[in-house]
Amino acid sequence: MSVTEAPTDNPKSATRSRLSWLGKILRISSFRNVFRVAEIDSRLLGMLGALAIIWIAFHVLSGGTFLTARNLWNLSVQTAVVAIMATGMVLVIVSRNIDLSVGSMLGMIGMAMAVVQTEVLPNWLGIGHWAIFPIALIFGLVLGGLVGGLQGVVVAYVGVPSFIVTLGGYLVWRGGAWALSRGRTIAPMDRTFQLLGGGSRGVIGETRTWIVAAALCLAIVFLLWNARRQRTRFGFRLRPMWAEVSIGTIGCAAVLGTVFVLNHYYMAENLAKQYAAEHGIVYPAGGLQIPLGLANPVLIVLGVAMVMTFVATRRKFGRYVFAIGGNPEAAELGGINTRRTLVKTFVLMGVLVAIAAAVSIGRLNAATSGLGTLSELYVIAAAVIGGTSLLGGIGTIPGAVLGALVTQSLQSGMVLMGIESAYQQIVIGIVLIIAVAIDAIFRKRATT
Amino acid sequence: MSGTIGDRPPLVELRHIRVAFGGVHAVDDVTVDLYPGEVVALVGGNGAGKTTLIKTLSGAHRADSGEILIDGEQVHITGPRDAKALGVETIYQTLALADNIDAPGNMFLGRELISRWKTLDYSAMENATRKVMGRLNPKFLNFKDPVASLSGGQRQSVAIAKAVHFNARILIMDEPTASLGPAETAQVGELVKQLKAEGIGIFLISHDIHDVFDLADRISVMATGQLVGTVNKNDVTMDEVLAMIIMGKRPGEATEEDIHHLHE
Repeated sequence: MSVTEAPTDNPKSATRSRLSWLGKILRISSFRNVFRVAEIDSRLLGMLGALAIIWIAFHVLSGGTFLTARNLWNLSVQTAVVAIMATGMVLVIVSRNIDLSVGSMLGMIGMAMAVVQTEVLPNWLGIGHWAIFPIALIFGLVLGGLVGGLQGVVVAYVGVPSFIVTLGGYLVWRGGAWALSRGRTIAPMDRTFQLLGGGSRGVIGETRTWIVAAALCLAIVFLLWNARRQRTRFGFRLRPMWAEVSIGTIGCAAVLGTVFVLNHYYMAENLAKQYAAEHGIVYPAGGLQIPLGLANPVLIVLGVAMVMTFVATRRKFGRYVFAIGGNPEAAELGGINTRRTLVKTFVLMGVLVAIAAAVSIGRLNAATSGLGTLSELYVIAAAVIGGTSLLGGIGTIPGAVLGALVTQSLQSGMVLMGIESAYQQIVIGIVLIIAVAIDAIFRKRATT
Repeated sequence: MSGTIGDRPPLVELRHIRVAFGGVHAVDDVTVDLYPGEVVALVGGNGAGKTTLIKTLSGAHRADSGEILIDGEQVHITGPRDAKALGVETIYQTLALADNIDAPGNMFLGRELISRWKTLDYSAMENATRKVMGRLNPKFLNFKDPVASLSGGQRQSVAIAKAVHFNARILIMDEPTASLGPAETAQVGELVKQLKAEGIGIFLISHDIHDVFDLADRISVMATGQLVGTVNKNDVTMDEVLAMIIMGKRPGEATEEDIHHLHE
């Protein structure tokens, strides 16, 4: 019997384990066991390791320009659009489906939101009216839900394979994006809407960034405490105290460290001068270093990832999606309304595409009919690199976000090194295959 | 009928059930019944229609015609949820487990325990699963890993626990011992006897004639979608039941010569 299979051990053993954490860690022979006892997802750790290797390698190869506050801050913003959609793609793929239409949907919904805020609403409300932003955004979210839902209904109730439905959608929505604008570029966006895209104004500043970090740390501690409390309720075996404290410490340190680095990216000189003038500060000779803080798209990714993780792991809906992916017949026999569940996953995907579209047009401050081209491939790649199995039933939201960060890191690293975009595609394609190959090998080992 | 059954209405009656798959009568006008505390075995060759018949009761399939009565009252079962609400639990031959989900998750699939915050109550589900398993299979200790990593017997335990936990009044067991070793098969036998003593009615589908004679009170034999007949276990020999299964001949209809043929 392995260590974790022990039944309801006496909770008192947790007290004893405080004696010597180091001794305890040393006694657990291999690292794998450490992860098992601490109940850490070793897959996720592997991905973090891979990310660290990629970052360090690029840092060295690019002559020390990769691991800088400036580059990492930009990376965080560039990852946002794909990361937001990847969280939804995980559920779609887990349910044994696929959505090839997200890039085209992003183009059409982005275009629709752009048209609404620049050509429709100003006629009624006047340019710059405060209500333009919320109306345009909600319009986009509803449109996303409807478009996703329509595809979901055809998949679940009509019985057309999702590959076909969304392949059709890929063409239909891209054409729709063009039809909305007749090929024009729509710009500029509403001033408030632009904030969704980040940029020098779409940031929250140093202090609020630290507040967000503190809130995240509190959340980590709360989640650990709550999990422990739940187990105590029935006298289950508790995670050893050394593991709880280590996880909490490492988690908080990671959050604070990330924020510390990102807070070292400062406003450009002309903006800093403007800021100084607006705030009545005399601009010093040595320049003014004003941290931008987290960008709004990054906050949106954090929010989306937390909500989606909650939905995927704590709600019935998420459980049903995984059950359908594991064994559709069992889900059906369990009394689960599998069709309605599938439609919901596609609706959710559509809404997430709309959020990503809002970030995209906010960031570009424009909408073009080519917006989002090829992004379905990056979204699927992010989900798969993040551990989502195309056979269904397996995948995590944090994995997908990390997957998006890995692909974006590769891209931005290669840009820093001055590699041509054709070669960038070659590298990302190969990495995708390697990631899945490594996964397949590990899984084979785990089962035999 | 066995002696314990008086004038009470049967727990379940399936009357004149018909199911057709594109012109083929998988189940053709079959009538069977089941009393509380009784085990009725459904036997017959492959494709005899046993599983299809029973799926009309478990809600996995709609009957094209016929009626289902529970406690003497007609019921309409349109899906698995209806059947479960009526106290019908099913252990499928395929086990119907989601391999990527752990044992408690499978046990409560479709009937999850929910906390005050409308979230899945993992601890409560694990606790309930531990309790049921403590009774069914005390050696079962893996409550965290996906059931894909469990042995055949352990997976079977999960499927059985799933049916037993929800206080079934009517239990359908479709080949419950097909993937089990001798010790585990004996365990399932014990379980059947225990549930029977608690007054639960059990439909047992089995290929194993010895299991059937060991556990069943009555035996309903099906062949090519039709009911050959229902006999009281104590009134027939194994040979007579085999004659029903293989030749479709009821006891009395089969001659000495027929029985002799069976053994060739």
